[in-house]
Parts: sequence; C-alpha cells; structure tokens
Amino acid sequence: MSVAEREPKIVGFLCNWCSYAGADLAGTSRTSYPTSVRVIRVPCSGRVNPQFVLRAFQLGADGVLVAGCHPGDCHYSTGNYFTRRRFLLVKRFLDYLGIDQRRFRLRWISASEGPKFAETIREMTEELRQLGPRDAAAVEAHAE
Amino acid sequence: MKRVGVFLCWCGSNISSAVDLDQVAEQTALLPHVVHVEQYKYLCSDPGQETVRKAIKEHALNRVVIAACSPRMHERTFRRAVGSVGLNPHLMEIANIREQCSWVHPDKVTSTPVAVDLVRTAVAKAVKDIPLEPSYVGIEKRALVVGGGIAGIQAALDIADSGYEVVLVEREPTIGGRMAQLDKTFPTLDCSSCILTPKMVEAGQDPRIRLLTYAEVESLSGYIGNFEARIRMKARSVDLDRCTGCGDCWNKCPYRSPGEFDLGLGKRKAIYLPFPQAVPNKPVLDRATCAYFQKDGKCQVCKKVCAPGAIDFEQQDEILEERFGAVVVATGFDLWDHGRYGEYGAGQHPDVISSLEFERLVSASGPTDGKIKRPSDGKLPERVVFIQCVGSRDEAKGVPYCSKVCCMYTAKHAILLKEKIPSSQSYVFYIDVRAAGKNYEEFYRRATVEYGAQYIRGRVSRIYPRGDSLVVVGEDTLLGQKVEVEADLVVLATAVVSRSDAPQVAQKLGFSYDQHGFFTEAHPKLAPVETNTAGIFLAGACQGPKDIPDTVAQAGAAAAKVVRLFAKDQLETEPTVARVDRARCAGCEWCRPICPYKAIEMEAVTERVGSGQVARRVAKVNPSLCHGCGACSVACRSGAMNLLGFSNEQVWAEVEALCL
Repeated sequence: MSVAEREPKIVGFLCNWCSYAGADLAGTSRTSYPTSVRVIRVPCSGRVNPQFVLRAFQLGADGVLVAGCHPGDCHYSTGNYFTRRRFLLVKRFLDYLGIDQRRFRLRWISASEGPKFAETIREMTEELRQLGPRDAAAVEAHAE
Repeated sequence: MKRVGVFLCWCGSNISSAVDLDQVAEQTALLPHVVHVEQYKYLCSDPGQETVRKAIKEHALNRVVIAACSPRMHERTFRRAVGSVGLNPHLMEIANIREQCSWVHPDKVTSTPVAVDLVRTAVAKAVKDIPLEPSYVGIEKRALVVGGGIAGIQAALDIADSGYEVVLVEREPTIGGRMAQLDKTFPTLDCSSCILTPKMVEAGQDPRIRLLTYAEVESLSGYIGNFEARIRMKARSVDLDRCTGCGDCWNKCPYRSPGEFDLGLGKRKAIYLPFPQAVPNKPVLDRATCAYFQKDGKCQVCKKVCAPGAIDFEQQDEILEERFGAVVVATGFDLWDHGRYGEYGAGQHPDVISSLEFERLVSASGPTDGKIKRPSDGKLPERVVFIQCVGSRDEAKGVPYCSKVCCMYTAKHAILLKEKIPSSQSYVFYIDVRAAGKNYEEFYRRATVEYGAQYIRGRVSRIYPRGDSLVVVGEDTLLGQKVEVEADLVVLATAVVSRSDAPQVAQKLGFSYDQHGFFTEAHPKLAPVETNTAGIFLAGACQGPKDIPDTVAQAGAAAAKVVRLFAKDQLETEPTVARVDRARCAGCEWCRPICPYKAIEMEAVTERVGSGQVARRVAKVNPSLCHGCGACSVACRSGAMNLLGFSNEQVWAEVEALCL
C-alpha cells in the first residue's frame, strides 16, 4: 500500500455513557464508516488524560478523537466541562509539538447520535487523508 | 504468569459473515500471554458460557478476553460466567467486534484487520487487569420524602405500604400541595379534593409515615443507603400534641390578611388553617401578620381562648437530624408571573387572573364558595377570555417549553364556566391544542362541541380596560384577521415553571438541574425517576411539567426504586472506583474540587523519613461515594490517583497496542 492510499489511523477515546453508546448505535443501525478508527472505552471523557493522547501521537497515530456527552448531559454531571477546558489547552500544546491541530478532535456525541459518530469518522478520515501521513519517516519505519 | 484465553464469538453469522475469524484467531494466538484461542457460534448462550468456564479450568486461564458484541450488552453476563469458576470477574475484557466492527465494516478484507487490532487491544488491557472487589455498605431502611403534594404523598404511601418508615417533609403548614388548590381534574371532572384528601388523611394516619409540616430540609450529606439530613422545624407557635384543631383560635383571632392558599383572593386570620381539609388539621400562627409579634405583644386572644393551652409564643425553630437510606424529591412547581407581560396589563388589572386563581374562584371551598365572581367587583362574568401559552413557548419573554397541562385545564375551565354560568361564553386564544393523553382529545372536543367554547387560533397582542370590561385584541391566524373580544374576565394559562429556589434545593441535596431549574433525571428514557446521585429519586413536576396521572405514576415508580433498594440488606458498590497511591500523593487536594460526588477526603498519615517521623495529609477515596468517572485521576499532578478498571496502565497499554 502506498503512503497516499494508506488508511489513516485514528485512536478514539469514547465515553461509556454517550459516545461509546453512539458508536454502538451506528453499529446496530448498520451505518458504515471508514475502518480508520479504533476505539478505547473510558467511563467519561474527563478520564482521558492528555498523556494518552500525546502517547498515541508519539506512537504514530494520524488522528485522535475524544468524544463525550454533550455539555450538561455528562453522566457524572461535570466531567465533560473539564474535558473541554483541558483539551483547549492540549490543542495549543499540539501546535507547540508541531502536530497539526486538525489531527485532534473533541466532539460531543450522544447515545442517540449514531449517524453523528459515523459522520465524524468520515470527516476526520477525509481530513487526515488530505493532511497526509503525519511523519512520513515514521510511517515508512512502521511499514517495514 | 499471565495466561490469557481469547474467545471469538460468531454471533450466529453477525460477526463471522463479515470478519475472517480464523485469521483473527491465528494472529491472536501469536500475542504474548495468549495461551488459548477458541471460537464459538453463540458465546452468550449457556453452552457458550460453559465453553469459557471449561477452558478457564482446563488451560488454567487467569485472564479472559471475549471478542463479541458491545460490553454494554453482555459485560455482566461474561463477568458472571468468569466469576462462577472462581476467577475474579474483573479479569475479563471484551473486544467489541460486532457493533464497532462487523456491523459497520461489512467487507471482510478491511474489517478483519480492525478485529485483529481490537482483540489485541483487549488482550493488552486484560494483561494489566487486577482483581477488583466490590465494597459493601449497609442500608438505613428509612426514606425521606421532600414535598407533600400528590407526588410526595403517593411516594410516601407506597413506600410505607411496603413496610418501611417514611419521613415526609413539607414546607407549608399542611400537605396537599398544588392539587389541593384545584377544583376539578381533567378529563373526568373528579373533584380534586375528593380524590386527594383521602390520601392526605391516609398519609397522616399511617403509623409508618411521620409528617413534618412547616419544615424544610436544611442539608443532606452522605450517600446512597446512608444519608444524613438536617431538617428545620419552623416555629409554628402551636403545640401539635396539645392542639385538638377545634378552631376557637382562628375564629376569635381579630386580624385578617390575604391568604396564601387562595392566592390572595380571600382572607385568612393570623392564626389559621390553610384550608378546611388540611392535614394535620391544626393551625399555624403566622408571626409576620400576628399583632402579638408585630405590635404590642398584648393581643394574645388565641392563647386566651385555647382550652388545651396549645398556643406557644415562645416556640423556637428546631433542628432534627435524621438518617435515611433513600430520598424522594417531590417539590413541585410554581407558575410564571404574568406581570412580565405588559401587553396583558402587567399584572395590574384585577380581572386579568391566572388559571390557578380561576381554580380558586371555581372551587366550592374557595374564597367565593365556588361562585365565579370576578375580583374587581364581584360580578358574575358573562364573557370570559382564556389565553393559552402565557409564558410557555415564548423564548423572548418566557420559557421555550410547553407546560403540558394548560390546554387540558383550559378546556376544563371552559366546561366549568358554562356549568356554573349557563349564559356565559368562553373564548380561548391558542397556538395549537395539545391533547395527547387518554380521553384528552375527547374532553377537549366536548368543551368545544357540547359547551360551545370558541377557540381562536392566534395570540393576543393587547388587553385594555373599557368601562368595566376588558378589551382583548388579538389575531385569528386561521382567518387572517384582527379580532377584538370584549370580556368581563381574562384567564391566563401561565407557564409551569420550577420553584424559584429549585437550584438551591438541588445544590443542597446534591443533584443536577437544567437551565429552567427543573431537576435532571439520570437518563431521559431509561432512568426517568433517578437523579445522577444514587439513592435520590424524583417525582412530579419538580422534574418537568406534568399532569396528575403522570405525577402519580412517577411517584409510584420512585417509590418502587426506593423499595427495591430497601429490599437488600447490603449495597454492593461498583469496584471500578478511584484509588490513591499514598506514597505518591502530595496532598495538593487538586482532586477534591473536581470530584462531583465529594468522595475524596483528606487523611493524616505518618511516615518514617530517615530516623524521624513525618506527618502529612493525603487524599482518600470513599468507595461508596465514588462513581468511577476518573476525573480525579486526570487532575492528579503526581499520578497518585488511579481509576480501577480503567487504570493509567491499562489505557496506556491499550494505546500502545493500537498504535504499534
């Protein structure tokens, strides 16, 4: 597979109560989306330590998605508010690291928004394709 | 030595048709720690679970990975299966290769690598699993019900009837709530009092229910099964044990002021019974309107006439501290203040009244003995205009939501008006009629067809006085023309809004509320009576506008949840809670404010440093309070806080397994 055709790899941190259930709903309604995403289930988007995100980028992930309940709907009342503030900062830090901010997305996806999850993955995959591999050398090394 | 067994489920053909499971098995077998890989057609079935159990024993597995449907579906099933052969249930992980793989990636060529990745990730996590044990807490089998309207009464009765003690706290001097203020109820025209007061009496007489009227909950601490409440008993100035409710005091009291129960349409004495069927049927002395307290300290008429000597001017507020296992919150609603509509007279015209005021005028026990006399001059109104959605569905001045009950009670008002004043004519300005409910549409049709209520689709732009009547100017949007109706009385269906102090109540009791001040249910569909705080349940209009049948149903549901909790002797708490590594904890307390459950306390520890001892403070998680959200584990700067079941090491391993 050449670098251009290569499917980007997205690590998705989904909160158990909303976004993971939303992704499940995309499944039960057979809404197909690109095979780019691999999901890690966390109880709350507030559980996602920025270190996890940075580690994913460090190991060559093309994109990272953090998704949680809509503001006000957090199963734990306030978790996603912390997420929102925390990742505003993380995005600026990604700039500092030379990682394009567009590779990271924070999305609110409820348990009833299966189509939104699928759409998010489609959009993100398309954008990552256009951005190309994050670090061609790293990708080559990985291919070997 | 980690020995991981991986079980791949075909889910009939749901997974096997879209994923090459042989290939997944082949690649999984190569992973470190994996000693056994097996496929089965239906792993969740009894023989499927047996396959897992047998393999655990045969291959001495100490970690299990199930690659099947979503963990939201069968996590419990497989935890139980694993636990039944002596393995800790939390040494099992699920790879979701159905909802998040085979069902969304139907092409085997592209889906199989996804499944391989997901299984590898689950194995990586499972390797980092540690045995987790739930903790157990006892349950105080007494319920606190806050609010003594129909919701609170129903919940209290249901809980008491199941054999448990209930304390029912009501802020007003009597229970009964809003329903006691209503005349008749739609769509059956049952008299509201006739169906409510027997329940009030029942609640008052049930030996398992303790009524605390004229009382408020000051604070609530603790957690499910073990709440501690401070309840303020406001000074009533009447000794309830001595008082017989004879009525001598309020008959002789010389001071009158507008009565709250009648919304100021009638008068009450300074010592009074809010309404004749009040429970307890004993008066309250309102110190703000009593001459003894406000003027000279002389009057004392009530005290002089009280034969049992129940009047106690010296009575003080009293604080009760009680323990409860569960709480039902049923604090009801308020009505939107139509004074904010300048075009409707800004609340200044006496003959522009709210629907609840109309209820009091129609009620046989109301200030006019059930004669619909208009407030300004006591005249019987011939032409009455009802205006719907006053405040409701009005984002500009009021609230955006529909208040749900107004269409139906306005139809009822039109019927009652015609029955009481046969020569009268009612006009109803409406946006649209919402009559969803059993027999509701039929009831609304009766109001129009049998009782001749004239419905005009459109909003009212202005109300102004002309002589002794009111001119209502609006638009008929069906005819597309301006309408002017001269009326003797205008009744506004004001929006159902949350109690003005609802946010403070929610904060005191510890659960969330929405932008309108209504209390938030844990899940809009699947947990409509739970709050996001375990052990606190909701009933009635405090959660959102509701009619009486819905309120009673919700109260019964809340009671069932309480009883379900009390049926247990101990409460097993989820073991996936936060845990502190004391050695790493710096005692900075950053974890404490981020915790939505106040589950983190500080404790003092002493450590040996060199030859001396050092005392310091470290965080400590109360596992009964912790819900396992993990917010603290991210806030912790030294990495001392971890979340069991989703530990830093586990998520880290998952990220690595995915990216490598």
